[in-house]
Amino acid sequence: MPQAILTEDLSKSYGPTRALDGVSLGVPRGQVFGLLGPNGAGKTTFVRVLSTLIRPTGGRAEVLGHDVATDPGAVRARIALTGQFASVDEDLTGRENLMLLARLMGLSGSQARARCAELLAAFDLEGAATRQVRGYSGGMRRRLDIAASMIARPELLFLDEPTTGLDPRARADVWAIVRRLARSGTTVLLTTQYLEEADQLAERIAVIDHGRVIAEGTAAELKARVGSGVLRLTLRDVVQAEQAARIATRLGLEAHAQDDPRLLEVPLAEAEAAIPLLSALTAEGAPPVDFAFGQPSLDAVFFALTGHGTETEQELAE
Amino acid sequence: MSPRDTRLDRALGAAPAAAPGPRPLAETLAFAWRAILKIRHNPEHAFDVVVTPVMFTVLFTYLFGGAVAGSTDAYLQFLLPGILVQTVMFTSIYTGFILNQDIQRGVFDRFRAMPIWRPAPIAGAILGDVVRYTASAVLVLAVGLVMGFRIEGGAGALLAALVLLNVFALGVSWVFTAVALMVRTPGTVMTLSWLVLMPVTFGSNIYVAPETMPGWLQAFVSVNPVSHITTALRGLLEGAPSLSAIALALVTPFAVTAVFAPVSMWLYGRER
Repeated sequence: MPQAILTEDLSKSYGPTRALDGVSLGVPRGQVFGLLGPNGAGKTTFVRVLSTLIRPTGGRAEVLGHDVATDPGAVRARIALTGQFASVDEDLTGRENLMLLARLMGLSGSQARARCAELLAAFDLEGAATRQVRGYSGGMRRRLDIAASMIARPELLFLDEPTTGLDPRARADVWAIVRRLARSGTTVLLTTQYLEEADQLAERIAVIDHGRVIAEGTAAELKARVGSGVLRLTLRDVVQAEQAARIATRLGLEAHAQDDPRLLEVPLAEAEAAIPLLSALTAEGAPPVDFAFGQPSLDAVFFALTGHGTETEQELAE
Repeated sequence: MSPRDTRLDRALGAAPAAAPGPRPLAETLAFAWRAILKIRHNPEHAFDVVVTPVMFTVLFTYLFGGAVAGSTDAYLQFLLPGILVQTVMFTSIYTGFILNQDIQRGVFDRFRAMPIWRPAPIAGAILGDVVRYTASAVLVLAVGLVMGFRIEGGAGALLAALVLLNVFALGVSWVFTAVALMVRTPGTVMTLSWLVLMPVTFGSNIYVAPETMPGWLQAFVSVNPVSHITTALRGLLEGAPSLSAIALALVTPFAVTAVFAPVSMWLYGRER
């Protein structure tokens, strides 16, 4: 059985801009694959090429064994696309949106009605079914959008930044849905700007930057390269922050200065490694006024993988 | 497992097998249904384009009717057929407006990634337009009838007039479809379309007979397709249909379709 997605040296140029610059990637069937990268890295371009919306300018791409350039019809019959901007019709109600797509998928009137009712209930949209999508919250739109993709079960679902712009509660709802999708055996290509999201949902992750894949592997493999977490320290003043950085270096850790000179970020292999550092800081007169342990930010991932931050961070720094 | 997870699992597991298209007719009808739903949800789109012509009808009839045609009654008989033309032409702007909105909102990306007949979204929208043209024409006609307009040609003439109006507007709307596929925002579609429509509807024989106009304007009015269909409609509704006028009125919509339909389909299929 062919892989869900197979690309070889896939490129897409817009004039001198190389949105995709030689991407070679294999996505196995039946799993959630995360494509992680900052804005403008080429994630959406990758999804648009694979969903046959745009043609590659170089290399080749196969989706479920069908070439996207020479056999786009066969690809379209097997995929569903939930684009970066909710691709539902604001003027129509939730039910009408689903009904339209159900009819386009070839369901009969009664089949379509039954399927739409089932999906509206499953995606918690029953109460809003007869309201125009214009009045939906961001989370409701996303749920409708994903429901629309699942009318007839696709073999491969593209979810392009499904949680960008959502509040934490709506994000959790989308995560729960993606987990159920994964259990149902649908292959999902998920793009995201959040390491945490890729870590939570995807079995394998590719990190993409400037149209190139810069790292690929399981979440565990990736984190082994990046460190599983990061300790964020707030010191009382700049002098103490400098002192804390020296202490961390002495303990064999890296301390990254932040835009705010009182802040330090220390990547750690494991949470326990924070204890000797915090003890040393307290004992030597530079106790943090605040600290937090968390997942490394996308910027930290990029720092570890490429030695530079994401473009947006660099622009902000300039 | 929460009840919601159970519902989700059941719904995901019960997905019917897709019967991938293309099925041109069924898909076109589905998109036409969508267009009609949009009218139902946004009646102001139909209202907008009807208010102006109704206002003109009332204003011009009672204000200038006596001066231009000797009596308000005679002027209304002269004016209303042309106002119907203006109405459907204003309505046709929304074809481009809605299409552009669909593209900007990303709705068309989903359609373009589905195994459907490629022209179906546009063909369906155009089919739905027939409903909008007919509805807005009937609305304006109703106001005219209340004001005292008489359809001398009877029911057959009325039906023929509605068909002619639809054919004309459907043809002309390909221009706005092409514009909608070229420009960035729905607002730009509106602005550009009004820029074209204002001179071609006013620089015609809708409001006054061209005899008193300066020569250069008479020349423009006589080649203006809006004048051709207005003349044909007047004949029909007066009960004196002229086949040559109708034939002349049909030249433009067919010519525009022959040129702009392929251009639009090419623009639609092009990458964005």
